Amino acid sequence: MHPPHKTARAVIESPEFKRLVSKRWSVSLLLTISILVIYIGFLLVVAFDKELLAVKIGSYLPWALPIGFGIIVSAWLLTGIYVYWANNTYDTEVQEIKNKMNAN
Amino acid sequence: MLTSSLLLQVSALPAASTLGTANPVSIVMFFLFVAITLYITYWAAKKTKTGSEFYAAGRNISGFQNGLALAGDYMSAASFLGIAGMVATKGYDGLIYSIGFLVGWPLIMFLIAEPLRNLGKYTFADVVAYRLQQRPIRIVSSVGSLLTIAFYLIAQMVGAGGLIKTLFGLQYELAVVVVGCVMTAYVLFGGMLATTWVQIIKAVLLLSGATVLVLLSLATFNFSPANLFQAVAEKYGEAMLAPGGFITNPFDALSLGLALMLGTAGLPHILMRFYTVPDAKAARKSVFVATGFIGYFYILTFFIGFSAMVLVGKPVIEGIDKGGNMAALLLAEQAGGTAFLGFIAAVAFATILAVVAGLTLSGASSISHDLYVHVFQKGVSNEKGEMKVAKRATVALGVLSIVLGLVFKGQNVAFMVGLAFSIAASANFPALLMSIIWKKFTTQGAVWSIATGAFLSLVLIVLSPTVWVDILHHPEAIFPLKNPALVSMSAAFFVGIVVSLANPETAAAEKFESEKLRTYLGIGAE
Repeated sequence: MHPPHKTARAVIESPEFKRLVSKRWSVSLLLTISILVIYIGFLLVVAFDKELLAVKIGSYLPWALPIGFGIIVSAWLLTGIYVYWANNTYDTEVQEIKNKMNAN
Repeated sequence: MLTSSLLLQVSALPAASTLGTANPVSIVMFFLFVAITLYITYWAAKKTKTGSEFYAAGRNISGFQNGLALAGDYMSAASFLGIAGMVATKGYDGLIYSIGFLVGWPLIMFLIAEPLRNLGKYTFADVVAYRLQQRPIRIVSSVGSLLTIAFYLIAQMVGAGGLIKTLFGLQYELAVVVVGCVMTAYVLFGGMLATTWVQIIKAVLLLSGATVLVLLSLATFNFSPANLFQAVAEKYGEAMLAPGGFITNPFDALSLGLALMLGTAGLPHILMRFYTVPDAKAARKSVFVATGFIGYFYILTFFIGFSAMVLVGKPVIEGIDKGGNMAALLLAEQAGGTAFLGFIAAVAFATILAVVAGLTLSGASSISHDLYVHVFQKGVSNEKGEMKVAKRATVALGVLSIVLGLVFKGQNVAFMVGLAFSIAASANFPALLMSIIWKKFTTQGAVWSIATGAFLSLVLIVLSPTVWVDILHHPEAIFPLKNPALVSMSAAFFVGIVVSLANPETAAAEKFESEKLRTYLGIGAE
């Protein structure tokens, strides 16, 4: 189940693996913070300044509706951004490290 | 002009709805669903021999299929009927609720989906226990799982009984027994493979049924949402289209928001789905697909709620059920006639069946995989013995859910859903996250974090206005927030960190380094 100990150590301590891990968390945390800011920001506006959301776009439609739908769509888009990044950048780098491991 | 024609329509509504009488279409539709899904169970039973097949469908589900199944697991009848009802009676505030249910999904994606898939085997306790001491972690995390499942299950069963009584005119007790028996059969014979296909079929039925319902309703408004919103504003006032009195205390809002958001990332039956796909890439795809479908579904429920408010009318909806839970069904009857009502009713019933099957499977896994194998058998896996325990646990959970459904008859179950989410957010999520990202996390830290989260959720919800005032009828609540997650989850993180730092575990920290290879590269993942 586990790869040979020596190679494993070498990989974990290699700069490219460390870079991969820290890049993964920068992307994850950036996206996590985005969704938290969007959602908690929305809740705080609802709690503290409802009138702001009742401001109308046209003659009767308040901003609350497009903003609500927008949050739903943004949640989906953010997951899409992550998948796109992971499938292209992250997976390629993982494959490179794995190839190197096999070459050793 | 639009309003007057609408008013005409509303007054032309038949005085009595056919809700509550046996509807042949819904009964035929429902039995068709059960027959097809039981056939799938029969097919799956032949493929379900080993543990990996029973718990994880042999890890052969594709990312897209699993995304649909995740959406199926998550879109319960409570969110379909409950949120449509909330929008129909309270307006925009219902949307705030559904947004909270949705935003947990991106977090699952960014923080835990890949590590979960790469580190785990069958239950999320696999991940927490990966580098910590097995026994204490397995015991305490299965308590967290089983508590979450129990409260969620009670809410679904009681909801099912009440719903079926209203829909089919069937007796409450009979409905609870039917649901209990059919879901036990799915899990017992077909395991995760059958449960997954039940979820997929149900998700497709629910999404297409809700889409048709929205199209039929919007046809009344010349397919223009703007006309619909205008009708709402003219009939019930513009305030319906913006946030109202739902959230007044910001801490309450934050606490509920956190419970909904992070609770999703701690629901055992959702987390278990990540083991059904072959790799991390498929796990990612499934979250993306699930988030898309669930988001679309909540947008539909929002339109269903507002259409019901205008076309059926608030007094009629509230006259049948104070909480508005029948809004979607009344709208279905109004927009598509008795046959369509029958279809939507059958879909709602199927929805409950599928969700309880998923819950039962994850409960059974926790008992057989975490408790039996790792606690009683000390980690020595004996596949045959484990399967036997898993199947016995399934039957026991099936019986238990019927009993609980009967015992809690007529109870308000909204708080149980809140409690299930708050235990998931407080007991399960912090330990899971810390075990993935924090090197210094220790066995004791995990045990104390899970125990604190579970215990505080339980105690605080009893002392909160939800139970202390609404159910026990005391004049004032001891704990001010309606949902305890803000306090119980913060406490679980805090206790986990303090206990870990106070008593470092060198072995766990060392193992964290080699765990990384598997977390990030997927090397050695099953």
